[in-house]
Amino acid sequence: MLKTSTTDVVPEKKVQAKQRQGFKLNAKDKYYASIFLGPSLLILGLFVFYPMIKTLYISMFLTNTLGNTTVFVGLGNYVKLISAPDFISSMMVTILYVVAVTILTIALGLLLANLASQKLPGISIFRTLYSVTMGVSVSVAAIFWLFIFNPSTGFFALMSGWFNLPVVNWLTSPANAMWAVIITTVWMNLGFTFLILLGAIESVPRTLYEAADVEGVSSRYQFFHITIPMISPTLFFVSTITIIGAFKSFGLIDLITKGGPTNATNMLVYRIYKDAFYSGNYAKSSTEAIILTVIIAFFTLLQFKFLEKKVNY
Amino acid sequence: MANFDESAILKRVFSYILLIALAVVILAPFFIGIWASFLPTMDIAKGDLFSTNVSFNNYVSAFTKTPILRYLANTVVIATVTMFAQLIFCSMSAYAFVFLKFKYQKTIFSLFLITMMLPFEAEIIPNFATIKSMGLLDNYAALIIPFLTSAFGTFMLRQSFMQTPAELKEASDIEGLNHFQFYWHIVLPYNKISMITLGAYSFLGAWNQYLWPMLTTFSNNSRVIQNGLKQLQSEETFNDWGMIQASAAIIVIPTIIVLFVGQHYFKSGMNEGAVK
Repeated sequence: MLKTSTTDVVPEKKVQAKQRQGFKLNAKDKYYASIFLGPSLLILGLFVFYPMIKTLYISMFLTNTLGNTTVFVGLGNYVKLISAPDFISSMMVTILYVVAVTILTIALGLLLANLASQKLPGISIFRTLYSVTMGVSVSVAAIFWLFIFNPSTGFFALMSGWFNLPVVNWLTSPANAMWAVIITTVWMNLGFTFLILLGAIESVPRTLYEAADVEGVSSRYQFFHITIPMISPTLFFVSTITIIGAFKSFGLIDLITKGGPTNATNMLVYRIYKDAFYSGNYAKSSTEAIILTVIIAFFTLLQFKFLEKKVNY
Repeated sequence: MANFDESAILKRVFSYILLIALAVVILAPFFIGIWASFLPTMDIAKGDLFSTNVSFNNYVSAFTKTPILRYLANTVVIATVTMFAQLIFCSMSAYAFVFLKFKYQKTIFSLFLITMMLPFEAEIIPNFATIKSMGLLDNYAALIIPFLTSAFGTFMLRQSFMQTPAELKEASDIEGLNHFQFYWHIVLPYNKISMITLGAYSFLGAWNQYLWPMLTTFSNNSRVIQNGLKQLQSEETFNDWGMIQASAAIIVIPTIIVLFVGQHYFKSGMNEGAVK
């Protein structure tokens, strides 16, 4: 995308490039383009663009229980939504979750990647083991962790028994249920984050560390003053991916807490689903969906900016 | 000198202790779950995790008493079809953006980029209505048709196709290959690694779908494994933990094997995606 967008600015160059490569707008290309692009455009149009516009449209109306639009209210639904205490608390819960998941995922991913980047015999075994959660889907993660969190037979409860500690109600207390979802999400994220960060750390030129070693610089100082700055573009990339994924979380919440207890984990996508498919409040659900879209679009744009930089460098 | 060696050895020992401790913490949920899958539920319910009544009974009952094989078969079919469809349609659209020149090319490409910013989760209401009006609810097609192509896949392959040497195009023009032949015989084989990466990515993507299949399928004929596990869990009147852990193990072990085998591709593919 970015190579072409840089040539945009300089039209003469673009023309030259075109002539050099022998590209011309011709009728044949138009025929091929319709065949090559047709199927994708049809699918994206039907299942991405049409539903987005439709959702935006519904969000500006009142709807009946059949999902039909009744009265045009403009931005009325948005005004109502952002002044509703339950929506505000839902947004707060979502943001808390996203922030906690992102910080913990990045911090632990960095710790693992930094450890596994050492040149030690047998290190590749640890690299494989640390990336293992990439193969875990939401339902498997939920089943493993539900068994650990279970208050009567769970592993945490058993451990409390061994050490005579009070049993923590992981799933019935609002604050703890949030942590249960955060812990499970971070665990699932770790494999992917670890692999990406390890790749970045490995590509930092060795000579930088060798020079630091000669100067007698401590490894902690090297980590914060060489590794972190050198991999900062990748850190940024992984952070935006983690943030986007966390905002879209649904499966783990549905499986572990169902948004409860007392809405403590009732996050944005779970609300969208419940308001539409349980309460039949399609206008409210669509309004929430548009708010989600704005958030996701913002972070995706940030990511595109990152890609743009990487391509130009 | 001796001192230096000693501290170096100590540092190594400390590194290994930390590496092993972290591996244990990360793998603990697997170990606990898979260990429980070999124990009778009665013992698990009593909190007797060190029971010696180890057996494959939970696996036998998962396979014989639950539709888990049906769920697995449904998921494999849906994920495989989705994967091949995305490989074909994404590579075709990527080809158009790289090797063809046509009107509104920039505009159409921007549309693809915009698509990447729109979360599917925000579009479930109209999409549900569309699938319902097509009469495809509770059908494999409901889980496949919306994902026949992907803007991300197109973008990724386009980045890769742009690296195809111009000489290949010139040579094939001289040979008189048309676009279909050039696409099929030259571009696809040349970009094999990116194709494999996208294949793995789209297969896992389909395999891990949760919200959409939950909305559009409601019988064992089309239910996929992610929702199937939830179904098993909620159907049990008292939680048959042993069997549920066994079901989770049955699902996770093949994906982990695939990952280990394909790790090399994944790693290079993901870093490519991150860097390009």
